[in-house]
Amino acid sequence: MVFKRFVEIGRVAFVAFGPYEGKLVAIVDVIDQNRALVDGPCTGVKRQALPFKCLQLTDYVIKVPHSARQKYVRRAWEKAEINKKWEESSWAKKIEARKKRATMSDFDRYKVMTAKKMRNKIIKHELTVLVQRRLRLEL
Amino acid sequence: MAEGDKKKEGDKKKEGDQKKKARKHGSRNPVLVRGIGRYSRSAMYAPVTKVEKKIKERAPAKVVKTVGGDKNGGTRVVKLRKLPRYYPTEDVPRKLRSHGIKPFSQHRRKLRKSISPGTVLILLTGRHRGKRVVFLKQLGTGLLLVTGPLALNRVPLRRAHQKFCIATTTKVDISSVKIPKTLTDTYFKKKKLRRPKHQEGEIFDTEKEKYQLTEQRKADQKAVDSQLLPLIKKVPQLKGYLRSTFCLSNGVYPHKLVF
Repeated sequence: MVFKRFVEIGRVAFVAFGPYEGKLVAIVDVIDQNRALVDGPCTGVKRQALPFKCLQLTDYVIKVPHSARQKYVRRAWEKAEINKKWEESSWAKKIEARKKRATMSDFDRYKVMTAKKMRNKIIKHELTVLVQRRLRLEL
Repeated sequence: MAEGDKKKEGDKKKEGDQKKKARKHGSRNPVLVRGIGRYSRSAMYAPVTKVEKKIKERAPAKVVKTVGGDKNGGTRVVKLRKLPRYYPTEDVPRKLRSHGIKPFSQHRRKLRKSISPGTVLILLTGRHRGKRVVFLKQLGTGLLLVTGPLALNRVPLRRAHQKFCIATTTKVDISSVKIPKTLTDTYFKKKKLRRPKHQEGEIFDTEKEKYQLTEQRKADQKAVDSQLLPLIKKVPQLKGYLRSTFCLSNGVYPHKLVF
């Protein structure tokens, strides 16, 4: 298995649990085997040490020298438009969808069910049309 | 005793005295020495002017009746108010000290915050379990008045218990719906038609086991539903929602659901 995402200076990580759950941070420096100095100026995370265990690496890297000041981290972050890229990624979209699903009311669930039913009906209909056509060719 | 004279003059209470300044009430027992008054307790209690007691006319206590039948002739004196024929061992059964125990009719009725008029409820028990229903109002006993509406899910105007309903966040605006005042708990109460004078052979054969639909119920149902249905039709898909039933399936956990 080849690893594609590495812990490096400037790697943008997603905080998986803890008080900053759900936020993006940039790894600014490595403290020791378990902790990183982390900063998220554009996502509201103060510069601090976070354990690697709670970080999940993303695909994005920003160009920042190690132990760079928050001002420069912010600059690099905005230059790379990390927030915008993150919103468009399917990871973020899946999180959003999960949140929406969790706050669905009973009425919403009913509406989703009827919408799915309609959609599946259309799909099945199209499928049977194609299958019938194929069967007719084979005869 | 100048004070006694004053009292005789101003006979009938203070009605005439209202023009004068209202006299501050003080003790009418002058102090001789600190702690000792002029008049004794009984002297203070007795009225200054004697009141004539009216003698009330008493109802007759005995009646003289003539005897007919076998021992004809002669009279007997019959008491009108007889002594009781039975004395219980305790006059009033002794009650232990209790505080604030009220009868059911005076209990405080609570209503969950999530339930308000127009809320869609999911019934959990009874023959209509799983059905989604519109809440109208809370009745005097605390039960909830609820309707299907009948045309959508065959739930008539009915009472439901708060504890056995799930309140959803879906609400219909019911402020314009007028609910007839005749819909109370006594209207919905089950009728018992048991006559204890029946002969012993038919103890278990109760007459009204089956529910009889009355014209009044139909009329009330129509009155309420005719106001409700157009409101429901305004909200998209609400009609279908009320027609469907609630059920759990794989992966659906009630404690995780937001209703």
